[in-house]
Amino acid sequence: MASQVQAGQAAAAESRGAAQKYYERFDRVDRVMHAFLMTTFIGCAITGMPPLFSDEPWAAGLARALGGFEMAALIHRICAGVMIIVWLLHVVRIFGDAIRRTGFLAMVWGPNSMVPQPQDIIDIWLHFKWFVGKGPRPPFDRWTYWEKFDYWAVFWGMAIIGGSGLLLWFPAQFAAFLPGWVFNVATVVHGEEALLAVGFIFTIHFFNGHLRPEKFPMDLVIFTGRIPEHELKDERPAEYRRLVSEGRLESTETTRPTPWTETFGYLVGGTAVILGTLTVIVIVYSVVT
Amino acid sequence: MALVLGLAAPAFAKEAPAPKAPAAAKTAAEASQKCIDCHSEAEPGDKSAAGKSVLLDPAKHAKSLHGSGKAACVDCHADEGMRKYPHKSPKPAQCESCHAKAVKEYATTIHGMARAEGRMVAATCSDCHGTHDIKATSDDAAKTSRANLEATCGACHGNEKIIKEGKIPGGNVSALYHDSIHGRLLGGTTKAKDKVPVCTDCHGTHDMRPKRDPESAVSRANVPETCGTCHGKVKKVWAGSQHGKLRANNVLQAPGCTDCHGTHTIADPKTPKWQVGVIKECGGCHTEFIKTYRDTYHGQVTDLGFARMATCASCHGAHEVLPKSNPMSKVSEQRILATCQACHPKANANFVKFQPHANKHKKESGLILYYTTLFMQLLLAGVFAFFGLHTILWLYRSLAEMKAKRARPTRESEKH
Repeated sequence: MASQVQAGQAAAAESRGAAQKYYERFDRVDRVMHAFLMTTFIGCAITGMPPLFSDEPWAAGLARALGGFEMAALIHRICAGVMIIVWLLHVVRIFGDAIRRTGFLAMVWGPNSMVPQPQDIIDIWLHFKWFVGKGPRPPFDRWTYWEKFDYWAVFWGMAIIGGSGLLLWFPAQFAAFLPGWVFNVATVVHGEEALLAVGFIFTIHFFNGHLRPEKFPMDLVIFTGRIPEHELKDERPAEYRRLVSEGRLESTETTRPTPWTETFGYLVGGTAVILGTLTVIVIVYSVVT
Repeated sequence: MALVLGLAAPAFAKEAPAPKAPAAAKTAAEASQKCIDCHSEAEPGDKSAAGKSVLLDPAKHAKSLHGSGKAACVDCHADEGMRKYPHKSPKPAQCESCHAKAVKEYATTIHGMARAEGRMVAATCSDCHGTHDIKATSDDAAKTSRANLEATCGACHGNEKIIKEGKIPGGNVSALYHDSIHGRLLGGTTKAKDKVPVCTDCHGTHDMRPKRDPESAVSRANVPETCGTCHGKVKKVWAGSQHGKLRANNVLQAPGCTDCHGTHTIADPKTPKWQVGVIKECGGCHTEFIKTYRDTYHGQVTDLGFARMATCASCHGAHEVLPKSNPMSKVSEQRILATCQACHPKANANFVKFQPHANKHKKESGLILYYTTLFMQLLLAGVFAFFGLHTILWLYRSLAEMKAKRARPTRESEKH
């Protein structure tokens, strides 16, 4: 009896190991862009928190630790500049792909589009039903509704925070054609949206992407770009079936992630999660007290 | 020497003949010589019945104002029987017979009043002027000279034990003064050393009244006048400001010098620490404005302790502060552009329409600002409420599923 259980476990281990197939979910450009986004986002968050919470006891200490407000502002602006470039490159890439390969319809409609669709509403309903034990897990496709929310939160957030940030960075230049109250609005929007972005990424995104029990402590797919076959079948059955029926499963198959990319993923992702979680703890403490 | 004196002391106590009553015709110096003869030979350890040392340093005494022949021992120690030996321990020396005016003035001072109330911790003549070593205030060696006054007042106002036990108001003002710009200049080597105020320059000497007394040099009403003795130009500018005008109309709540600068803690206004610290003083009265100031980058950076950003005074001026409606004000319509341009050289008419004190929660500050703020707050509340619930439910379901999965193989093995 015991040996049968052991044999079963060994087989399962084997299927997860060498014999495991991997499919590409994020290509190299996706991964590099995410890496830039992640580091510059954390850079902006940490350097932006002291002024936003200037009356908190930790704020002045953190500002000094960052090398004074001038240095903090410099880091903030360098990170912001890189983030804006990443954002622009992403937009260029999306439109470039639409023009060269997929067409504009695929950009705004269908399973590979980030645009919310009726199926997402259904999925939200089904997912909540599953949460309360009234149904099976909905069969998700390539992009789930929460991933789309993450994407648009960041997309809109970068436009809003980036735009307002530029206004505040170059007030005299923008005042050449904008009225002064715009800077009052920009100050509010920049701070509130930053709080939303930081709070969302460092709690909801971390939970959805990494910290929920199925993924804990980290989903490496954004670092390796590869999703194992069993995960694709279990979590994204609609995508799996679609790839099979379209005959594209074979062409999506890729090699097993190299150990160094996994180690890199754990290190970088782990650091980000720790820094982010610390930031959230400090913010929640400050907002509550 | 100590040995010789040690041997001589018992002999002095037993064998010295009682001095005869001095003839009235003798000079003060001659009359005192007999007292000095005995008291200068005493041992440092020799004590009177009252427990005080009876030793007198004749050289020191000879150099004092009184010892140089102006007063005899018995002029101050005028108790009955002091002219004879042996004599009882004298009562505290009296000064009144010569210094009647000073003693009368003293009774009106904070020290004199406290003593009259029975608070004997308060300084009396000898605490400030000394005893057998009294010197003219103009003499650098005097306890009341500029050079020594800090230590003289500090003997009580810088002694934590005396302050605590005597419940002296103000705390350790001596230490505060020592670290203030005045105290540091006094201890420094610049020319200002001879000009900065010492304790008595602000508080007075025999007219040192409590600050609650309107006649006091440090009363709320008189502080500008007192500081103006040295800072005349600043006082004039302040008098023309909104604060000064209010004071001229007897609005005593309006700030004078010490409300912003402090009293014994007066700091160098060029230091960043003071420049960002004084914002809280402005905000102490202008509570609404400091709140809205902290909503701006200016206010946030200064709150972090960095003085490079605009403080209250950068825009409003310091001593010259005037309401916006006054064309002379730095923030008036006429002057605001120049004021902003001091830091933002490219500022234009649009730029100065920025509201440095906008209240985002009030419609008066602009409807777009108000509704944007409201929208942002609802957005935050909505997103965190939805995804908060989403996350909690998901976590609950995931943990339940994992528990079920772990339980399954056990059940299967039981079936076999």
